[in-house]
Amino acid sequence: MNNVVNGIEISRRKFIVGASVAGAGLSLGILPASRASADGHLDEVNAWVVIAPDDTVTVRIARSEMGQGTLTGLAQLVAEELECDWEKVTWEFPTPGENLARERVWKDFSTGGSRGLRGSQQYMREGGAAARMMLIEAAAGQWGVPAAECVAENSVIRHSKSGRKTTYGKVADAASKVAPPTEVKLKSESEWTVAGKPVKRLDTAEKLTGKLVYGADIQLDGMLLASIKDCPVMGGTLKSYDEAAVKNMPGVRGVVKVETTVGTSGVAVVADTWWRANQALERLPIEWDLGPNVDFDDDALTALLEDGLEADEAFKGNWAGDIDGAFNSADQMVEAVYKVPSQNHAPMEPMNATAVWSEDRCEVWCPTQNGESALAAASDAAGLPIEQCEVYKTILGGGFGRRGAPDYVHQVVAIAKAFPGTPIKLQWSREEDQKHGFFHPTTMAKMRGSLDKDGNLTGLHLRISGQSILAGLMPHALQDGMDPLAFQTLFKGGVSPQMDDHQISYDFDNLLVDHAMRNPPIRPGFWRGVNMNQNAIYMECFMEELAYAAGRDPLEFRLAHMKNNPKGAAVLKAVAERSGWGAKDGKHRGLAVTYGFGSYVAACADVTVSDDGELKIDRIVAATDCGTAVNPQQIEAQVEGSFVYGLSAALYQEITYADGVVQQQNFHTYPSMRIKDMPEVETVVMPSGGFYGGVGEPTIGVAAPAVLNAIHAATGKRIRRLPLKDQLQKA
Amino acid sequence: MKKLKVNGKRIKVDADEGTPLLWVIREQLGMTGTKFGCGIAQCGACTIHIDGRAVRSCVYPLSAVTDKNEITTIEGLSENGDHPVQQAWAELDTPQCGYCQPGMIMAVAGMLNDTPNPTDAQIDEQITNICRCGTFQRVRKGIHLAAKKS
Repeated sequence: MNNVVNGIEISRRKFIVGASVAGAGLSLGILPASRASADGHLDEVNAWVVIAPDDTVTVRIARSEMGQGTLTGLAQLVAEELECDWEKVTWEFPTPGENLARERVWKDFSTGGSRGLRGSQQYMREGGAAARMMLIEAAAGQWGVPAAECVAENSVIRHSKSGRKTTYGKVADAASKVAPPTEVKLKSESEWTVAGKPVKRLDTAEKLTGKLVYGADIQLDGMLLASIKDCPVMGGTLKSYDEAAVKNMPGVRGVVKVETTVGTSGVAVVADTWWRANQALERLPIEWDLGPNVDFDDDALTALLEDGLEADEAFKGNWAGDIDGAFNSADQMVEAVYKVPSQNHAPMEPMNATAVWSEDRCEVWCPTQNGESALAAASDAAGLPIEQCEVYKTILGGGFGRRGAPDYVHQVVAIAKAFPGTPIKLQWSREEDQKHGFFHPTTMAKMRGSLDKDGNLTGLHLRISGQSILAGLMPHALQDGMDPLAFQTLFKGGVSPQMDDHQISYDFDNLLVDHAMRNPPIRPGFWRGVNMNQNAIYMECFMEELAYAAGRDPLEFRLAHMKNNPKGAAVLKAVAERSGWGAKDGKHRGLAVTYGFGSYVAACADVTVSDDGELKIDRIVAATDCGTAVNPQQIEAQVEGSFVYGLSAALYQEITYADGVVQQQNFHTYPSMRIKDMPEVETVVMPSGGFYGGVGEPTIGVAAPAVLNAIHAATGKRIRRLPLKDQLQKA
Repeated sequence: MKKLKVNGKRIKVDADEGTPLLWVIREQLGMTGTKFGCGIAQCGACTIHIDGRAVRSCVYPLSAVTDKNEITTIEGLSENGDHPVQQAWAELDTPQCGYCQPGMIMAVAGMLNDTPNPTDAQIDEQITNICRCGTFQRVRKGIHLAAKKS
C-alpha cells in the first residue's frame, strides 16, 4: 500500500501515486477510473466506499481538510449509514481529474463557507446507505435468501433465519457488481451510534510524529526548488532582472519570469534547495514597473472609506418601515463610526505547490481548498487540455479561505514549464505570503439609532462603506452592481436560500442597512467568517451602545428584538446564564449574538483591564446551535479556535500600506495570539435538530464584539477602530 | 562535509555553514517533520532540540553545531510516537491542521525536560509558538496531562 518517494513514505490513502506516466521519465500517476487492487479484486462498492478483504473501509472525501475536521465528520456520516466497524475506517482524497473523468461523481470539491459537512452530508449519507444495501444484497444473493431478511451491523451481515453471517470484506467484490439502489432510506439522528458522537479525528496520529506530508513537504525524485517575488505593489509588473548577478551562486539552476493569467507578475529563482533559491532571490537585482497604485497608503484608504459613509448612493441590503420618520420623531439619537482593517489569513504553512510539466501532461501536488479550481488553474497555466492535467491534494497547513485561490498553482506551473520533465516545488517565504494575500475586506460603518422616551429602539440605519469581495474576485456574481455578500448576517430572510444562512438576528420596525461600495487597490478574499466578521462587530457593538444610551440591560435590550428568532435568543440566553450575566460580582462582561453560515451563535466575554491598560480576557462562554452536531468534540475545537483567530484579528492584526506596499511582512509586525493570551473557552453545543449549520466560521463573528463590549463594561471606553493594539494604554 | 549527530545517528551533510539547521534537516536530510513557518524565529514551527533544549532551527546556523551536539527532531523524539507529550496530544485530539504541532510538541517536550511540572504561568512564559487554528486550550491541557504521564 505504501509508496516511497525519495525517502518519504507516502501511504496510498494520502496520495494516489503509483502507475507510471510514460514518456515524462516520471513515476507519478493517477488513480485508474475503475479501481482494482493488485490481485484484480474490485473493492470499490461505490464512489464513496471502498472495502478491502480485511474489512478496512476507505471513505472517499472530496472536500479538503485544513484542520476543521470535515474529513472525520464526513467519514462518520458515511460509516453511520454503512453500518461498518468505525475502528476500521480510513479515508482517501479522490483526485479532481478523476472526478472530471467520472462525470463529477464526487460532486463539489470546494471547501469554504463552512459548507464541508452541510453541503455534502445528504449525498454522502446516501452513498453510505446505498453501499450497505449493495453489500447486503450481494450476501443475500450468495445465500439465496431475500435481502430484506438480512441485517448489517458493525461490518457483519447476518441472516438470522439460517444463522448465516459474513463480513463486508468478503462480499465487497460481489457488491461492486450489484446495481445501485434507486431509493435509500436514511437513519434518524436518534439512531446514530458513530455520527453525533465525540469520536477522535482520523488524521491525528501522523500529525504528532512529523510523518504527515503537507504540500510544503512534497519530495519527488530530481525535484528542484523555487522561491518567488511578485511585484510588491498590486497592479505593478516585472520590468527586468539581472540573472548574471546570481546565476553562479551555489545550486542555482535558473531564473524564471513568472507571469500568470491571474494578475501576478514576478520572478523566481530555481535551485537545488529552497534555501539556496531564496538566498539567490534575495540578491537578485530586480526592477519593477510599480504601476498605478504606488501612492496608495492608509490615508488614501481612510479618505475613500469615509467618503462612502456620507455618500447619497448606496446599495440597499435590508430595510423595513420608515427610517426617516423614526429619526424625525426620536427622543434621542445615538451615532457611532467603526472601522475594520484589511487582514491576512496567514496560515502556518505559507503558500506552496509542486508541479511537473511536459508537452503532453501536467501534474500538481498542492494544499488547496478547491481541488477542481486548482486543476483548472493547472490546465490554464500549462496550456494543456484539462484531461491532460491532474492535481493531488494534500492536507492543508491551514486554509481559512486563502487556499481557495489558486494563484500559487498558476505560478508553479509557469515555472515548471521552464524545466520540462523536472518536478518544481514553489515555496513562498512568509514575507511573500503576507504581501500577496487575498485580504479580509476593509470597511467602515456609520450607525445611527433612534430611541423614544422610554428607551425603545425605534429606528436603525447601518451604513457600510468599503470593499466588496465579489467586485474584486468574481464581478460576474454582482447583482446589478450590488454585492449581496456584503450584507452577511444583516439580511432579511426569504431573499435566497444561500442568503437565508446569514439573516439578521433582530426585528426592527424601521431599518435601513446599505452599502456604499468603495474598492481600494487591495486584493480582497474570503477570510474565515467573511463579511459576517465586521457586520457582527458593527451590529453587536452598536446594539450595546444603544442599550447603554437607553439605560437598559444589553441582554434584555437585544431580546426585545428577537421574538421571531427563538433559536438566536436561546444561544444568547445560554451564554448569559452560564457566564453569570447580571451578577453583581465585579466582573465585566460583554455579549454578542449572530446568525451566520446557517448556525446560531453567541458569546459572553469576561475581561479585566489593569490601571495601565493591560487587557486580560478571563473567560469566554460560547454557545452554538448548528442544528445537527456530527462530532461535538470537534465543534468545541472549532469554537475554541475561532476565538484565537477572531481575537488575533480584533486585538493585534491589520494590513496597512505605504507607497503601495504591505507594511506587515512577518509575524513580528503581524502578531497572532499565543497561549498566554488565549482565554479559557467554555463551549455549549446545543443542537436543536432538523438542520445542518456550519461550524468552522460562525463563532468568529461573536468573538470580537463580545470582547469589545466587555472592554467597555470594564473601562467605559468604546473601541471603534480595530485592531485594539495599544488603545487602552494610550487613552 | 560536516559531521552531525541527528536523532542518535551520526551523519554527514554537505551544506554551507550559514544554512539554518531547518533547511539542513528538511533538504539535506529529507526529514520534513520540522516545519518552515516564518524564517525569523517568531512562530516556532521549526522547533528542534539541541542537547535536550528547544531551539528554533530556522535561525540556528549549521556553523553553531558540531557532532558533539545531540540534535533531535520530531522524527527522533520517540521510537513509536509515544513520548508523553505525543500520548497526551493523541488523547486530547489536540491538532487541527497540525502544521505547527511538531514544533509545538518539541517546544513542550523541551520545556518538560527542565520543568517537569510547569504551572500555567510557566507555560505562558515558555510556550510562545504560534498556532493559527488556535489549539492552545488543548495544548495547555495536554501539557499538564503529559507532565502527569512523565
